[in-house]
Amino acid sequence: MELLAFGDTGWGDELFRATLMTIAVSITAMLIGFSFAAIFTPLKLSKFKSLNLIANIYTTVIRGVPELLVIYLFFFGGSGAIMFVASMFGYNEYIEINAFVTGSFAIGIISGAYSTEVFRGAIQSIDKGQFEAAKVLGFSKFKQFYKIIFPQMLRLAIPNLSNVWQITLKDTSLISVTGLVEIMRQSYIAAGSTRDPLFFYSFAAVLYLLLTFLSMKLINKLEVKYSRGY
Amino acid sequence: MDIELMINSFPKLLNAAVVTLKLLSVSLIVGLFIGLLFAILRLSKNVFINKFAYGYSYVFRGTPLLVQIFIIYFGLGQIESLRTSFLWVILKEPYWCAIIAFALNTGAYTSEILRSAFQTIKPGIIEAGQSLGISTKIIFYKIQIPIAIRQSLPAYGNEIILMLKGTSLASTVTLMDLTGVAKYIISTTFKPIEVFVVAGGIYLFITFIIHNIIKYLEKRYSF
Repeated sequence: MELLAFGDTGWGDELFRATLMTIAVSITAMLIGFSFAAIFTPLKLSKFKSLNLIANIYTTVIRGVPELLVIYLFFFGGSGAIMFVASMFGYNEYIEINAFVTGSFAIGIISGAYSTEVFRGAIQSIDKGQFEAAKVLGFSKFKQFYKIIFPQMLRLAIPNLSNVWQITLKDTSLISVTGLVEIMRQSYIAAGSTRDPLFFYSFAAVLYLLLTFLSMKLINKLEVKYSRGY
Repeated sequence: MDIELMINSFPKLLNAAVVTLKLLSVSLIVGLFIGLLFAILRLSKNVFINKFAYGYSYVFRGTPLLVQIFIIYFGLGQIESLRTSFLWVILKEPYWCAIIAFALNTGAYTSEILRSAFQTIKPGIIEAGQSLGISTKIIFYKIQIPIAIRQSLPAYGNEIILMLKGTSLASTVTLMDLTGVAKYIISTTFKPIEVFVVAGGIYLFITFIIHNIIKYLEKRYSF
């Protein structure tokens, strides 16, 4: 237990900060994923075949390629790509992006592919009559979506989004290979310096279990809230 | 785009893909047995057995695969009695550690898939078996298991593809699988995009084949 003490003698405060980092990366990645989903879901549902194709390539490639490979692409290629864009604007200095940004972007793009599929499924399972009724009532296109389709979509999407959240939360452990100090990386450091890997990795497992358990409780509450009237 | 690098790295990555496929097939076979065993335990009426099986699947589904590999590869070596036992022959090899972790992980997901398949079997089918005078054991092996396997094919197909992606974590315990070799080539040439295209292409090709095999099996065993 003294290994987990707070302060200089133990790893408690380091692991606590690492847990906050895992939560921060997961939430950032989830939000980046939502913004990708906001772009690609309309493309998936579009009438134009070429737009469908773009969205299908995104979701198929990301869901068929290992997360670790995507992370390596961003880790080794991220600053190169940004420097290339900057050089077009006449900036030729070396740019280094930090591990948090690279990591949340890599995980965010993966999480976005799953979210896109969830939102597409949710919108497609809304009753056709709802779209027609919105049109008949003379709502503008924006209002149709915002007031009528969106709330119903949320209700249908929440159970599956909770799966996406679990996947995203667990995927953040892979960012440890880039050196970002989240739960996995901190356990690796602690295990290395105390020569007690069994304890620290098991403790990491407990932390992840705690995070998934607590987030499930929270999401269940949301589900009840958005299912009012059903 | 460095086309030459892409052509040169292709045979190396293809060789590494064989390692990936080996890891995948061995852990899927072992995982299927573990999954079936725990699915049966989950259906047991004994509360303790039931809770034990549920706990197993909850822990392995609730923690990242990376933690599981690290506990088995780095953690278990710390236990003195294990290091002196015959098990150490297996546990000192990263290859077997990876397979144990993958098999336990996929076993947890498979047990959930099979459990829900067992529970959706219509009672009428079992009753029909009983009224024909077939023993409970034979009903289970010859009627319930084949139907459950057919029911769970689509979900199991997804699990195979998730596991294919999971095998990439073997590279974190020094194994040179497809991702491991891709990372090595990226870090020596600093051409991430080219290598990603080739390695990702191989992964997508394997996914495509698995997808089609499952689709064929679904068609063949549909009723």
